[in-house]
Formats: sequence, structure tokens, C-alpha cells
Amino acid sequence: MLEIRNLHVRVEDKPILRGVDLVIRAGEVHAVMGPNGSGKSTLANVLAGREGYEVTQGSVLFRGKDLLSLAPEARARAGVFLAFQYPVEIPGVGNSYFMKAALNTVREARGLPPLDAIDFLKLVKQKAKELEMDETFLSRSVNEGFSGGEKKRNEILQLSLLEPALAVLDETDSGLDIDALRVVADGVNRLRSPERAVLAITHYQRLLDYLVPDRTHVLIGGRIAKSGDRSLALELEKRGYAWIEAEAQ
Amino acid sequence: MSSTSDIAALTEREYQAGFTTAVESDTVPPGLDESVIALISGKKGEPAWLLDWRLKAFRRWREMREEDARWAKVKFPPIDYQAISYYSAPKAGKKLASMDEVDPEIRKTFEKLGIPLSEQKLLAGVAVDAVFDSVSVATTFKAKLGELGIVFCSFSDAVKSHPELVRKYLGSVVPYSDNFFATLNSAVFTDGSFVYVPKGVRCPMELSTYFRINEAKTGQFERTLIVADEGAYVSYLEGCTAPMRDENQLHAAVVELVALDDATIKYSTVQNWYPGDKDGRGGIYNFVTKRGACRGARSKISWTQVETGSAITWKYPSCILQGNDSVGEFYSVAVTNHYQQADTGTKMIHIGRNTKSTIVSKGIAAGHGSQAYRGLVEVNQKATGARNHSQCDSLLIGDKCAAHTFPYLEARNSSAQIEHEATTSKISDDQLFYCRQRGLSSEDAVNLIVNGFCKEVFRELPMEFAVEAQKLLAVTLEGAVG
Repeated sequence: MLEIRNLHVRVEDKPILRGVDLVIRAGEVHAVMGPNGSGKSTLANVLAGREGYEVTQGSVLFRGKDLLSLAPEARARAGVFLAFQYPVEIPGVGNSYFMKAALNTVREARGLPPLDAIDFLKLVKQKAKELEMDETFLSRSVNEGFSGGEKKRNEILQLSLLEPALAVLDETDSGLDIDALRVVADGVNRLRSPERAVLAITHYQRLLDYLVPDRTHVLIGGRIAKSGDRSLALELEKRGYAWIEAEAQ
Repeated sequence: MSSTSDIAALTEREYQAGFTTAVESDTVPPGLDESVIALISGKKGEPAWLLDWRLKAFRRWREMREEDARWAKVKFPPIDYQAISYYSAPKAGKKLASMDEVDPEIRKTFEKLGIPLSEQKLLAGVAVDAVFDSVSVATTFKAKLGELGIVFCSFSDAVKSHPELVRKYLGSVVPYSDNFFATLNSAVFTDGSFVYVPKGVRCPMELSTYFRINEAKTGQFERTLIVADEGAYVSYLEGCTAPMRDENQLHAAVVELVALDDATIKYSTVQNWYPGDKDGRGGIYNFVTKRGACRGARSKISWTQVETGSAITWKYPSCILQGNDSVGEFYSVAVTNHYQQADTGTKMIHIGRNTKSTIVSKGIAAGHGSQAYRGLVEVNQKATGARNHSQCDSLLIGDKCAAHTFPYLEARNSSAQIEHEATTSKISDDQLFYCRQRGLSSEDAVNLIVNGFCKEVFRELPMEFAVEAQKLLAVTLEGAVG
């Protein structure tokens, strides 16, 4: 599904990623953990194609094709979804109107007919219910005046509507209380299938109690310093990152 | 991605209504003196009082200076008023009995513009009085309106069929001496629309007129007068497109509205005149005087405008709130792209007691566009209990455009409540990226955000106009992101 090879990325001339290798197969959930400033969010943003991230070396293949040469919207249409760490407010644009526009664009790319207003409303109401979101969120402006937790739920609502092949979650768990965390993780779990993959970037292992990863990676200083299974995350929680840094040197 | 080049690519689309129609025109040679005015008046078979009125205006106009009308934040080269032809009419041999008799070329033009002139439009509830150049060539649904006593016809026809109404109200809201362009219009106006809704009648359909400038070097001087008698209601739609031209064309229209006791007039405009090319060549100069008088108690006048066209827009639809408890509203979306300039806003003059006004202005500037909101809220001494709320928002796309707000507030009554809110925002790279990450192109993302920004105003438009307005906005902003 996703093959990252020797990826080097600079932000304003500062090297952030310094040779990341990561392979995610269809059906897998991978967690990337690491201390602040290790390059986790850079990895998420560079996969989505945000401006200001300069790839100096390496390659990213998504379903065998060069991902980095695509515009952000082309990546989205090809099936890459980023759940934003800081979802953006768009005043005046209705949330459900926005999601319908996005869904129909993605459906068109998949060769599916657009959903009409009635079918869309039915679908989005059902998805909102699964995420225990009040229907009033659908008629409000995109993320405007939403609390931190509400914004994160709204990201997962979009994720569950768009059903991407690869979901990249950028610290989706931060700012969520324990109940919200469970709801959000359940939302992601519902999407798990042999055709899809998830890359979950997180600071805390508690998300992984609910969203159990197949592989856990530790990103330190712009490289993957250690990879393991679920137990690695638990060990990190107990021991912190210092021992891995020491081990890596 | 580079958001500036996306914006640039979006704005490159060419003006879609750009074509001219080959129709034989009856055009007088360029130039203006009293004999030209007498000729216009004579061609239209006008009564002596109207010719006198025109001549009074002309004499006043000769004493006025165009410089005095140049206080707005727009720039344009001097206009040679003697190089303009002041009369142009399609040659219609005889009176037309039905739509089928209208010149096929003209009908084709309207069809290209998607203007609903056909009988089928009856089902949609729109009566169309089509103005081609300066003379009405077709008026439909007159019979149905006639049953209710509603007069909806060309201005020239009204002068013949209802001279007493025209004489009573013409110039009663915008006097012939009002300003340089309105005074010129008063001297040379060729045609326009006239509406009279009698006491207690609610006009059952939206009245609609499409103006179109077609003849090269022909200025257009429309005159519209709408009178709603006591307790009457009317909604009037004005839509404009013009064919592509290299030369600047002057348009100086006058619209007067009169609402008597308990009457309501809703006046909606979607203006899409040729804005000039992307380097700022050509385009229409739109210098319009629009004013409504809420003359009666509890009367209401509501202006809604979507201004996407013209090289220069100079326009301040205003309300004079004379009647006690009368209400004035102004909802506006103005878009400037490339080198377009717009100086637009409103005047709310509170005279009666407990008068109320609302102003919602949304300005969007892209490319090198320049945009100014200019609004006056005036509360006179006797206007006890007057209230106003103004909301002026500007949205910038790219970094070469400009938006300015000039609010003027004059309160001479201590009970007045005036609120003014203003915001300026920019479509951020973060917003664009967020939309693109969900699969939307930059172009769609900009349209989505712009439509959201304008929602409060679009809501005021009749349904089919709202759809047209959204399309126009999309066309106008094409090439605005990159």
C-alpha cells in the first residue's frame, strides 16, 4: 500500500526527516510514536502534500505509484486521507455541504455516481450517529466554534464518509477525553479491512489500547529508531524514549 | 502548490457573454446638444412637459463638472461625452403582436444568454420585459398582470399610457439635478421599465428585465420607475450581461422606487457587464443612481445586488426612510478581479420615527481588483427611535488586491442606535490545503469559501437568481488562485 524509502525532508532549510523507511501493507495498522520534534507531523504533512516541505531525497510509493509527484487533491482522490492535528475552520461553509462536495469529488474519481442530497443526508446522519455526534454539527460551519474534541470527531466523520485506502491520523487522540477516544478509535476500527491501511501518529500509547496496531515504530531525530509490535508501545510508556535513543547510538 | 498561481489560473477564464448581434440599428450620430434631445423626445412621441424636463436637466448638466463626481475611489480616463451616440433602437417596422415576431437575431442573442423570454417562462412565474439596446422589443404576460391592475411596461409606453403617474413620480426620488450622471440620464434617457402596483395588490410573479448593451459606442441611459401604492408588494429582478467590447462603454442609469403606506418593494440585481480583459482593457463604466423612497408609514424597500461585472462600478442603492416605522435594507456582494474597480455601498436616510435599516455588504477582491464600501447612515433630528445595523465584510484573494471601507455615520437624534461591524479576511493557505486534502481543486475550494462568505446575501435573492449569482461568482473568480 505505502512504501517510504530513505525519505529526507527539509522545512525552511532545516532537515527534519533524515532517511525514513516504512512499508505498510494493505490491511495493516501502523503506529508511529516519538518525542516532540522527532518529525512525526512532518511525515503526515509530506504524505498529504502540504506546501513548505521540501523532499530532498528518497521516494514514496502509494499503491505502486509515485505519490510525491501528485497535487494534494490528486492524492486525496487516489485514496490518501489526513486527519489533521489542527483541523481548519471555514466560516460560512456548511459542514455537511463541505462533506458532500468532498465525497462526490472522491466518488467521481472512483467512477461512482454522485450522491444526491437525500442519500447523502441519510449517510452522513448514520455516520454521525456512530460517532455519537449531534446532528447540529452538520448544519454548522466547518469546524467553526467546535471544541478541540469536536474538531477531532469531525475529522473522523469525514474519514468514515470518504473511506480512503490509507488513513493518516496526525495526533487525532490529543485533546480527547477517554470516552471520546474510544468513540474515535471505534470509528477508525470500523474502517479496518483487508483493503485499507492506517498510519496512526500519536504521542501516547492509550490510543493503541483501542486501536491495536500491527506494528509500532519509534521516530527519533528524523529516523525510525526502532520497530516492534504492540508491546513496544507499552514499553515506551513505562520507560520513555531515552533508552531507545541510547540503543540507537 | 502555490496558492497565488492557483488563484491566477482561476481568473483567466474569458467573459462568456461576449458576442455581438447583427441587427440593423437606427442610431443617431455622436454628439449632444438640445437638438439631439429634441430628436430623442420626438422619436418617442413624448409630450411637451417631458421634453421640457429633459431640457432643464440638460441645461443643468452643462453647468456641472464631471470632476465633482470623481470623489469615489475609482480611476478612469476622461470621457468625451460628445463622442457618444445618445440614441440607438433596433429597427422594428411594425408593432409586434407576439414573441414569434421578434427579430430572430435578437431572440438568438437572448437564448445564448439563457434569458427566459419564451412563453414557457409563464410556468416559472417570471414576466420578462426585454430591453435590447434602448428600446423594448417584447413585453410578455401583460394580460395577466393587467387583470390585477398592475402596470409593467417600457418607460416609453408608460409615458403614453399612464402619463399622470409618470409625471407625478418621475424625478421625485432622484431629482434631475441630483448628480452629474443622473442629470445626464435625465436629459437623454431612452427607455427602461415602469412598474405600478395598485393599492392592496400583491404582484404574483417576480418582474424581470434584462438589459443589454449591444451597439458599439452607444452609451446606455436607462430609466426605471417603480411605484408600489398603499399595501402593495412587488419583487423586481434586474439582470445584466453585455457582449465583449474593446472600448469602454458608459452606462449611467437611474432607478427610482416609491413605496407608499404599508407597501414593500424588493429590488434584486445581478450585474454581469463586460469587466474588461485580464489586463484591464475595455469594460463597462457603470455609474448608476439608484434610490428608493419609503414615503409611507410601515413601508419597506429592500435592495439586493450581486455585482460581478463592469470595469468600474459606482453605485449606491439608497433608501430615504420618510414614513414612520419604515424599513430599508441593503444586501450586497461585489466582486472585483483583474483590474476591476468597485466603489459601492448605500445611503440610509432616517427621517421618520422608529425607522429601521440593515446593511450587509460583502466585498471580494482578487487579482489587482480594488474594492471600496462606502455607506452613509444618517439619522435626522426628528427620527426618534431610529435603528441601524451595518455589517461590512471584505474577503481578499491573493496579495495584489485591495479592500477599503468608508462608513459615514451622522446621528442628530440622541435616541438613535447605530451598530457597525466590519471584518477583513483572506482565504488562507491552510483553508485551501484543508479543502484540497479532501479532494477539492483549488478552484472549487475558493468557490466554496466565497459562496459561504456571501451566503447571507444570496439568501435574499429569489431562488433562480441565487443559482445564477453563484455561477457568475465562479466565472468571475476563475484564475484567482494558483
